[in-house]
Amino acid sequence: MSDSAKPGDPKPVGDRPLQPGLGEVMGVAGGLAPLTRPPAPPYVEPPTVIMPDLERRLRAPRTFVNAVFSVVIALMAFVALLPLFSLLAMLLFQGGQRLSLALFTQLPPAAGMEGGGIGNAILGTLLMVGIASIIAVPVGILGAIYTAEFAPESRISGIVRFAVKVLSGLPSVLAGLFAYAAVVLWTRQYSAVAGGVALSILMVPTVLLTAEQAIKMVPQRMREAAIGMGATPTQVTLQVVLPAARPGILTGVMLAVARAAGETAPLLFSAMFSNYWLTRNLMEPTPSLAVLIYNFSTSAFANQIEIAWSASLVLVFLVLVANIVAQIWTARAHRT
Amino acid sequence: MAENTESLCRPPTSLEYGSDWFFRRLTLVMALFCIGIVGLLIAQIAFSAAPAIRDHGTDFLTTSKWSPKDNAYGIAPQIAGTLYSSILGVALGTFFGVAIAIFLTQDFLPYKWEIALKNIVELLAAIPSVVYGLWGIFVLIPLIRPPANWLHEHFGNFVLFDTRLSGSGLLPSALVLAIMVLPTVTAISRDAIAAVPHKLREAAYGLGATRWEAVAGVILPTASRGIYGSVILAFGRAVGETMALAMLFGNTNSFSWSLFAPGNTLAALMANQWPESSDVEKGALMYAGLVLLGITLAINILGTLLVMRTAKVGEAK
Repeated sequence: MSDSAKPGDPKPVGDRPLQPGLGEVMGVAGGLAPLTRPPAPPYVEPPTVIMPDLERRLRAPRTFVNAVFSVVIALMAFVALLPLFSLLAMLLFQGGQRLSLALFTQLPPAAGMEGGGIGNAILGTLLMVGIASIIAVPVGILGAIYTAEFAPESRISGIVRFAVKVLSGLPSVLAGLFAYAAVVLWTRQYSAVAGGVALSILMVPTVLLTAEQAIKMVPQRMREAAIGMGATPTQVTLQVVLPAARPGILTGVMLAVARAAGETAPLLFSAMFSNYWLTRNLMEPTPSLAVLIYNFSTSAFANQIEIAWSASLVLVFLVLVANIVAQIWTARAHRT
Repeated sequence: MAENTESLCRPPTSLEYGSDWFFRRLTLVMALFCIGIVGLLIAQIAFSAAPAIRDHGTDFLTTSKWSPKDNAYGIAPQIAGTLYSSILGVALGTFFGVAIAIFLTQDFLPYKWEIALKNIVELLAAIPSVVYGLWGIFVLIPLIRPPANWLHEHFGNFVLFDTRLSGSGLLPSALVLAIMVLPTVTAISRDAIAAVPHKLREAAYGLGATRWEAVAGVILPTASRGIYGSVILAFGRAVGETMALAMLFGNTNSFSWSLFAPGNTLAALMANQWPESSDVEKGALMYAGLVLLGITLAINILGTLLVMRTAKVGEAK
């Protein structure tokens, strides 16, 4: 191999001195017969290889198309974000105008009146999201314990997962229709409880699916250690798995709360609205931020429209806080 | 020493066995309850719609008069409006959503920026739809009215520009829908594109493909099934979207191909008519809800199956 000419070598092969034979190199000269040299092949001019342009010139069609594509993609990403920035700017400028103590402590203004606030709507939203959480969080987490921990392979778990995914894809209006038919018709009253039921239906899928994921992430070793010490499956779940999965589960709860707080359509059918403060009675029409925004958005009075923007600012703020808390918990779940 | 061992490891007491039995049953009950909710929801809405179904039958789906005075209810324009606005909105949303998904996965940006952009897009999903509606009324409609009316004046013969945009209408509705489905499309297509094996991408680049050629010729076709799934799920969302459309679509009982004409959707009809409706009209609205339920169920089951199959194909690799 050593004496074969390299293709790019300019020197004619025949003039090159004989390379030392293998035997000589290894210090056993004379021991081996010198290798006979094969007849040198006739020198052939190597074909001049024209390398393609490694630099891509912009004028070449392929490169040009590629550059256009890159610019278009970047532009589209930018354009798609404009509405978000416009929305946030409007919220801050329009909604920020009315930001004051009165906004949080007063009742919504009647048509044509000045001033006013959204105090009752904030409380109503918190109340109904609270009721919804009381229903949805236990159902979601216990359901997730069943599908992830006790019977992950069973047919029931498969059906639960499918049902919950279907539920998460259903329009939120339908939850409102359901709450109307199941609660409002029965109690003959639009109420905070009906609103809470409607919202809880929207929360269950999020809580259950995230909790299931979080429980599955808990290492098997931890379970086995507990079982080995004589713990019952319930003790393993409650004392080992759930504490380990807690950040992930809380993330799901927070995301569900954030979604429920912003829902309007279900509340139109179940809680309606009220211009008065909440009372101890949960069985009466209840105001909420979302429905207030909807009602005032078509108002002819500038004051009510300003209130609608302020309510939007407060609502988006609440939802974002819930989302950020959820993200912090996710980060914590990944760290451990 | 012996005490320690005893306190840590011991067989469960009968009380613990009992509570274990109880707790397991409890979780089973809750799991069954989740199935029950879905069944109950469908049954309850169907049950409430039954009187209206008896009265109006299939005429309900094909006629287009909604008049409580005459006891005449028909949702043909609403069905058409639901599908038309959703198709437009999802088409726009997919166009931009897939573009962002490509932008986020093909090394256009440093990693930190990609994460930031991804979070910003997810922020879009967090904003309540009623706030989008408010934004649409006070920002979007005034913004698009002049160009829309210019188009109407100059190309009014074209079917899409048939009418003036007087305020509410299809175009603002479709644009807001596009913004609302954008996060869904972006998130799922981003996952689908990220799941394309690196070998494929590198092979394409190794053959001398430009980035555009690698994306259009190799990556998108490989990820296409996941992207279709995202489109279908987004479509399911758009069909059921209520508040933004109730605020932006105009709530008229008519259907037009024109981009600037007002119209209505099933969900928006329910939200708009509900507060002032009588019991008979509520029954008709329940029927409309049942139709909406049928449409979204079909779309979502299709989409879920498609995404699940993609996931399986991905795992097999």
